[in-house]
Amino acid sequence: MEMTKVKVEVPVMADLFAKGEKPDYLLWIGSAGAFDDRYKKVTQAFVKVLTHLGVNYAVLGTEESSSGDVARRAGNEMLFQMQALMNIELLQGYEVKKVITCDPHVYNTFKNEYPDLGADFEVIHHSQFLKEKMEGGVLRLSSDVFKEKRITYHDPCYLGRANGEYNAPRRIIESIQADFVEMKRNKSFALCCGAGGGQMFKEAEKGNKEVFIERTEDALETGANIVATACPYCMVMITDGLKYKNKNEEIKNYDLAELVAMSLNL
Amino acid sequence: MIKQILFAVALAVTLVVFAWTISRLAALFKLTKPAFPVTDFGKRIALTLKVAFGQTKILRRPVVGMMHALVWWGFLVILVGSIEMVIDGLAGTERVLGFLGIVYDVIFGSGDIFALIIGVLIMAFLFRRIFMHIKRFNGVEMKHHSHVDANIALSLIFFLMVTLLGMNTFYILDAKMAGHELVGIYPVSQVFAGWFGGISPQSAHLLHEINWWGHILGIFFFANYLPYSKHFHVFMSVPNVFLSNLAPIGKMKTMESITKEVKLMMDPEAAFAEPAEGEEEAVERFGVLDIEDITWKNYLDSLACTQCGRCTSVCPANLTGKLLSPRKVVMNVRERMGEKGPQMVKNGKEWSDGKALLGDYITAEELWACTTCNACAQECPININQPAIILDLRRYIVMEQSAAPGELNQIFSNIENNGAPWQFSQEDRMQWADELYMNQPVN
Repeated sequence: MEMTKVKVEVPVMADLFAKGEKPDYLLWIGSAGAFDDRYKKVTQAFVKVLTHLGVNYAVLGTEESSSGDVARRAGNEMLFQMQALMNIELLQGYEVKKVITCDPHVYNTFKNEYPDLGADFEVIHHSQFLKEKMEGGVLRLSSDVFKEKRITYHDPCYLGRANGEYNAPRRIIESIQADFVEMKRNKSFALCCGAGGGQMFKEAEKGNKEVFIERTEDALETGANIVATACPYCMVMITDGLKYKNKNEEIKNYDLAELVAMSLNL
Repeated sequence: MIKQILFAVALAVTLVVFAWTISRLAALFKLTKPAFPVTDFGKRIALTLKVAFGQTKILRRPVVGMMHALVWWGFLVILVGSIEMVIDGLAGTERVLGFLGIVYDVIFGSGDIFALIIGVLIMAFLFRRIFMHIKRFNGVEMKHHSHVDANIALSLIFFLMVTLLGMNTFYILDAKMAGHELVGIYPVSQVFAGWFGGISPQSAHLLHEINWWGHILGIFFFANYLPYSKHFHVFMSVPNVFLSNLAPIGKMKTMESITKEVKLMMDPEAAFAEPAEGEEEAVERFGVLDIEDITWKNYLDSLACTQCGRCTSVCPANLTGKLLSPRKVVMNVRERMGEKGPQMVKNGKEWSDGKALLGDYITAEELWACTTCNACAQECPININQPAIILDLRRYIVMEQSAAPGELNQIFSNIENNGAPWQFSQEDRMQWADELYMNQPVN
């Protein structure tokens, strides 16, 4: 099929609202999705998929702020609640009913913690959104891109253990028809990447190994060429781990959104 | 009659000592803070049936898990026999539940088989603990007395199983020799009885009495040993599962005292408003410094913990050589309450020994190693929530001591100033969308 490049226009909430339009979904980008160079690519990939599907969504753009998740887990409840109350007010102002996010930490705090502070909206992780679209027959993935590839998947703690979502990511990987292989520690047994609870932003305590190296070894053991993740922290950690092991040329770390975008040749 | 009196005295002593222990514990629970309201009884019963009686979480490790499950299910069956013994002891009857007929045969027959299974498994557990170097049973928190405690508890259970089988064996011989009708079926003891066929009727009777008394006095002693042992688990696990926090594992407790403060900050008018009548309360401590700041659930968790170490064995920090051990955190809570709690009960809540849970028992270095991955909580067979304690201790470090690691203070100020943990301007949040192109089929 002949393809042409088109510019992706990302709808911003304030603009739509000014025109009296209300999108079906708010896409919460998250600080990593907006600022981390690697994860920006995930945001872009997911936005392309949304555009491809013709989803009626918008982002907050420069109005978005930290969810406060990391502040809370680092012990700063005061800062967390300030962020949360501010975000809730903003979302309520835009009458948001459904939020999609690529970040399991945002997903968890919005879904489980914001309601205590007055939030009243549905939260969907992008893996769940994509799975739903696949099951609805709206999202059809072409198959040959990953034909010769072996993929393993690292369960993010806040998607898996914290919220029991083990199935959606696996359904997505199955549907791109790669050879899927589990790590020895998977699903509720999965080992953390090492970045949660504020660890992402600080030196690890003294020990004999970095957690992300331990986890990367699990991934390498599978013989996969692609390590799929579904969380910005996990992505940073696994990417670092592959670099540390000098495997970053032969083994790639992709988010589920990227796999889907690649499979669609977007 | 003398037997009945002796039994009643032994039972009364057991109950009095036990009641005294419970009243002491109740006083300690009074020192704790609220955790969450206990509602949803239907859900709680279902959870207890699944996790406690069904052993679903311990079976995450199928082999050892099944060994434990058999001991537990056997214990439940054998419990019926213990209740019968108490009635027999008080009423001077023998095998009083025998009127249950076939039900009796099933319960006591399987109890007899379970006694053998448990006896064998307890030997296996002792063997694992003493001769196999299982990493999970070691660690900084596992002191000499922890190992001794575990071995005493196992040995006591072994003693109870031996006396139970002895009791059944000599009951069979005693009944046969005295020409009484045998109540119940005893598949295992029947075999043992065959081995002792040559003894005199007097010996059979005496050995039955010795085993009977040995078994019931063993239980009475065990019941009062347990509250001072890590094996208090026997009593506390089922309540601990029933009283689980039903919120999703990834949800942190919302601090309402903070909500009040934050709302005041965000609404300046409210800040200057006169506090309503009776609203002026003592300044609350944010987070956990010492034992008086923990919730009743934290303390219950610590009493229910049997130090199996499954939490620590899956902790990413611990696996990579960091100081943090979730099991240690839970054990420290019990230890500290045992030390400070009774003094607070005696001398008032202001009593202090100049020490605290945070710092003297659990160090900041341990706490900052946690990734909040919840693997420990997921793994705990009886739903102990280790991260809840760890995070409340962190809250104290950050909000009361302002002693977070420098890098974390940096992200706090970044979030305050520019709404992201990184030092990027909020105005740049849409840069990823600049010059973004995608493929589209040409029509």
